[in-house]
Amino acid sequence: MGKVIVITSGKGGVGKTTTTANLGTGLAALGQKVCLVDTDIGLRNLDVVMGLENRIVYDLLHVVEGQCRLRQALIKDKQFGDRLVLLPAPQTREKDAVTPEQMKALTEELREEYDFVLLDSPAGIEHGFKNAVAGADTAIVVTTPEIAAVRDADRIIGLLEAAELYDPQLIINRVRPNMVRRGDMMSISDIDDILAIDILGVVPDDQDIIVSTNKGEPIVTDPKSKAGQAYRNIARRLLGEEVPLMNLQERKMMHWFKRLLSGEAQ
Amino acid sequence: MFEFLSKLFGGFEGSKSRAKERLRLVLVHDRASLSPGLVEALKEELIQVITKYLEIDEEGLEVNFDKGDDSVALIANIPVKSVKRSAR
Repeated sequence: MGKVIVITSGKGGVGKTTTTANLGTGLAALGQKVCLVDTDIGLRNLDVVMGLENRIVYDLLHVVEGQCRLRQALIKDKQFGDRLVLLPAPQTREKDAVTPEQMKALTEELREEYDFVLLDSPAGIEHGFKNAVAGADTAIVVTTPEIAAVRDADRIIGLLEAAELYDPQLIINRVRPNMVRRGDMMSISDIDDILAIDILGVVPDDQDIIVSTNKGEPIVTDPKSKAGQAYRNIARRLLGEEVPLMNLQERKMMHWFKRLLSGEAQ
Repeated sequence: MFEFLSKLFGGFEGSKSRAKERLRLVLVHDRASLSPGLVEALKEELIQVITKYLEIDEEGLEVNFDKGDDSVALIANIPVKSVKRSAR
């Protein structure tokens, strides 16, 4: 029986879809069987981030309405084949076309086959959110170190609890170490103070993410990218491995300088 | 010397402390208004604790959040009827 994890945020544009694509790909790279489900009905996105937009025939709505079999709608990844599949969101119809009960039945079926089922939730707290959380065992909340995103994350944590999804884990996305250093961006510990939930990972802001999205290839497979490393770390943590959080704070120069001043340097 | 240098090299407070302060405050508002059940639950438990020591007018009990410009206070007005003999 696989795990069903919803990836959510409240606020839009903080990187839910990018996170879903990268964690899914990262888990597949670690040998897991993964299914990604785009639950953002009417605003399909995960397909383009994964680079699979040209292969879509059926979508989530076709499956829940019984117009095709589940297997027919699952799109195989370019790199990982049937170890990483995507169930795309329907693009055209109204957003309450799918019910939470249908989502629950769908995720139950998927977890029979896959080790991880990752649900990419839409922004907001309405019908789409309820659909996305309906079948999930646990939740990952994505935020960025800005006031509006953290506020919405707090709200979402409350709503997840109301939906009986306790102990969500946090991913802090788009951290800019130089801004944190000069005190112009909230640090990981600042956000930890405020939200007081488990931190699953910290992802540095990385221009290469835009490049990788342009190409439709999740950055997690790029060995040179820092953001890719951050996603690889998170994927390993999801498998229960203890991986320390990436150190984004200390600049090497500064560290050396401090040691020099405190008389430690040789 | 070290203090001076660490100040020079980024030890001073930037705009993030403003963000954190504003966020804290806005979350107290959000969290208080998020669940209408919260105040009720708080009231119930307050009554349970206080009635161990005091006899109070449960009907007259009021619990509110008082929202000022830069602070939020929990204001409880609890009319006491009498002190229980066993509590003295």
